[in-house]
Amino acid sequence: MAEVPPVIDVRGLTKTFGRRTVVKGVDMQIARGEIFGFLGPNGSGKTTFIRMLCGLLKPDGGEGTCLGFNVRTESDKIKPRVGYMAQRFSLYEDLTVRENLDFMARAYGLPGRKAAVAETIERFRLSSYAGQLAGSLSGGWKQRMALAACILHQPELLLLDEPTAGVDPSARRDFWDEVHELAAGGITALISTHYMDEAERCHRLAYIAYGDLLARGTGPELIAASGLCTYAVSGPDLAELAATLKHAPGVDQVAAFGVTLHVSGRDCPALEAALEKNAAGRWRVTRIETSLEEVFIDLMRHPGKAA
Amino acid sequence: MSVFSFPRFAAVVAKEFVQMRRDRLTFAMIIGLPLIQLVLFGYAINSDPRHLPTAVLSADNSVFSRSIISAMRTSSYFEIDETLTSREQAVRQLALGRTQFVVTIPENFGRDLARGDRPTLLIEADATDPSATSNAISAMREAVSQALSRDLRGPLSDLAPTAFPVDIRIHADYNPEARTEYNIVPGLMGVILTLTLVIITAMAMTRERERGTMENLLATPIRPLEVMIGKIIPYILVGYVQMLLIVGAARFLFEVPFAGSVPLVFAVSVLFIAANLAVGLTFSTVARTQLQAMQLSIFFFLPSLLLSGFMFPFRGMPGWAQVIGQVLPLTHYLRIVRGILLKGNGPSEIWSEAWPIAAFLVGVILIGLTRYRRTLD
Ligand SMILES: Nc1ncnc2c1ncn2[C@@H]1O[C@H](COP(=O)(O)OP(=O)(O)OP(=O)(O)O)[C@@H](O)[C@H]1O
Ligand SMILES: [Mg+2]
Repeated sequence: MAEVPPVIDVRGLTKTFGRRTVVKGVDMQIARGEIFGFLGPNGSGKTTFIRMLCGLLKPDGGEGTCLGFNVRTESDKIKPRVGYMAQRFSLYEDLTVRENLDFMARAYGLPGRKAAVAETIERFRLSSYAGQLAGSLSGGWKQRMALAACILHQPELLLLDEPTAGVDPSARRDFWDEVHELAAGGITALISTHYMDEAERCHRLAYIAYGDLLARGTGPELIAASGLCTYAVSGPDLAELAATLKHAPGVDQVAAFGVTLHVSGRDCPALEAALEKNAAGRWRVTRIETSLEEVFIDLMRHPGKAA
Repeated sequence: MSVFSFPRFAAVVAKEFVQMRRDRLTFAMIIGLPLIQLVLFGYAINSDPRHLPTAVLSADNSVFSRSIISAMRTSSYFEIDETLTSREQAVRQLALGRTQFVVTIPENFGRDLARGDRPTLLIEADATDPSATSNAISAMREAVSQALSRDLRGPLSDLAPTAFPVDIRIHADYNPEARTEYNIVPGLMGVILTLTLVIITAMAMTRERERGTMENLLATPIRPLEVMIGKIIPYILVGYVQMLLIVGAARFLFEVPFAGSVPLVFAVSVLFIAANLAVGLTFSTVARTQLQAMQLSIFFFLPSLLLSGFMFPFRGMPGWAQVIGQVLPLTHYLRIVRGILLKGNGPSEIWSEAWPIAAFLVGVILIGLTRYRRTLD
């Protein structure tokens, strides 16, 4: 893949609203066929960054290309090749599902429009809603329709801003299967999400916090780079134990998962000592693999110390 | 990537039509506004008020004057107030607007009439509202001729067929240059088109922004010109539906006579309609909310209403107001439509008023295109 130029290749992308810099010199390279997950807390600049890629916002600084076209000057060439799904539902609520798809198909000058729309409706199982006004769909079905609308014209690059927010698990699985299928066919996808299970389904990830890109790499790379150790603790009176552990030296995170506590920290010996002191005897302590969730929470709490 | 692509433009047009059909309120406004205005103004257009308070000052007691008075009564236009007998009283009532007409029958009216001397019958009218008096005045003529043809029989019959035997003098007080009611219809058409079309289109783009659909629209390859023209076209049809309503009502409900070609009016109107739509669209590129769009529309509508010659005679306005008026499309449209409908003007006469509208249209579209934000910034 090294010889193929990256689909997205931007450097130092910056956006300022008024006096607040919302995206601060972000670099990003995404290869063809890659599914790239984009994570970060609310208000960290994910939407703003994605909008700059598809020409919806003009960058205040930085350079780069998207599908080989300059993101500053050639957005007219980028737009037809990109499927952008906005975070907020932005299709027409007073049009039916079919009319919305039909509008998008025309807007992109899709040949064989009628057949393509019918096929997409079928594929996304929207048939029973095709004649319904988009505004009267449930949140999850709206998302599905929006996704259908942005894949309809067979774009080379998908920019999906929280595409599965409010979508039920089985539809989310369908969605990710779909994305993997498209990626296998050579389509690239940049997907922002807050769901960890989705982050795990991406080839590579980037984590942005308050405008700064803090970490990037594959899931295992990020976990390794974080240097976190994690233990699962089970037994009685977990709430009490959790309260004690939270303040123990070496413990950075304590989170309850049903009947177990996940305890993690950057300083492994210190963490082990804390567990030995507070949880030995009554509780069962086992070392487990650190998950992406712990990594991201750690990044959110200690920005600027990561890979 | 062409600057203008027909399929993309068609996408916008098709979408706008569907949305327009679904938007009940706008649809009601499109049909309802002309109808309401027509009914309101139509009362003035067609006003054929009867039983108008009238004072008769008769210094003559002949059979002729008595039958003229009774013919006036039977015409039902005049409600004769018997209590007014002195001239000062009557003139005062006229000034106060409590009486509409003062009819003066001079001394020896009957004698002079019998002699064939064409005595004078003076009618003083409160013509502040000319449309209220004009029908009554023609009814007066009718009443006089009817009354006399009945009475001028036998030895006097040779007086009847000759020139009208009475010299009816009408003094239209307060509004000597009585504008005819027919002036109002073409004017009304321009005013209604300005009001509805500017508001509808000013909302059209702002709505995309408020509802968040702008984000999707901007992410598609659709170009600004395609959006602008695509949004104008459906509403040109709306303009024509409104025109049909107004012209139809004028012709068949209010029986306004048309001197010139109605198809010509429809043909030149495309310019005027497009100019208003372009104003609306340009407003919607500036306004952030639908409320702002509405306010801008009113801001444009008021000078159009006041300075175009619809409300006040154009020549009576101060110079600066005339300059503003000259820029407004409604001013020229009024002249065109009045010229065609009332004077029977043809294409060669209206050209001098058509090009300023075209120039305005081009100018506004250019402003709109430069103001059109292609990003969400
Ligand atoms: N048009 C705008 N004008 C001013 N500030 C803006 C604008 N758009 C976004 N911002 C600000 O930029 C920051 C980043 O917003 P952005 O929507 O990119 O975050 P995000 O990472 O997508 O958040 P979320 O996860 O909640 O979707 C926020 O603080 C937001 O208030
Ligand atoms: Mg966002």
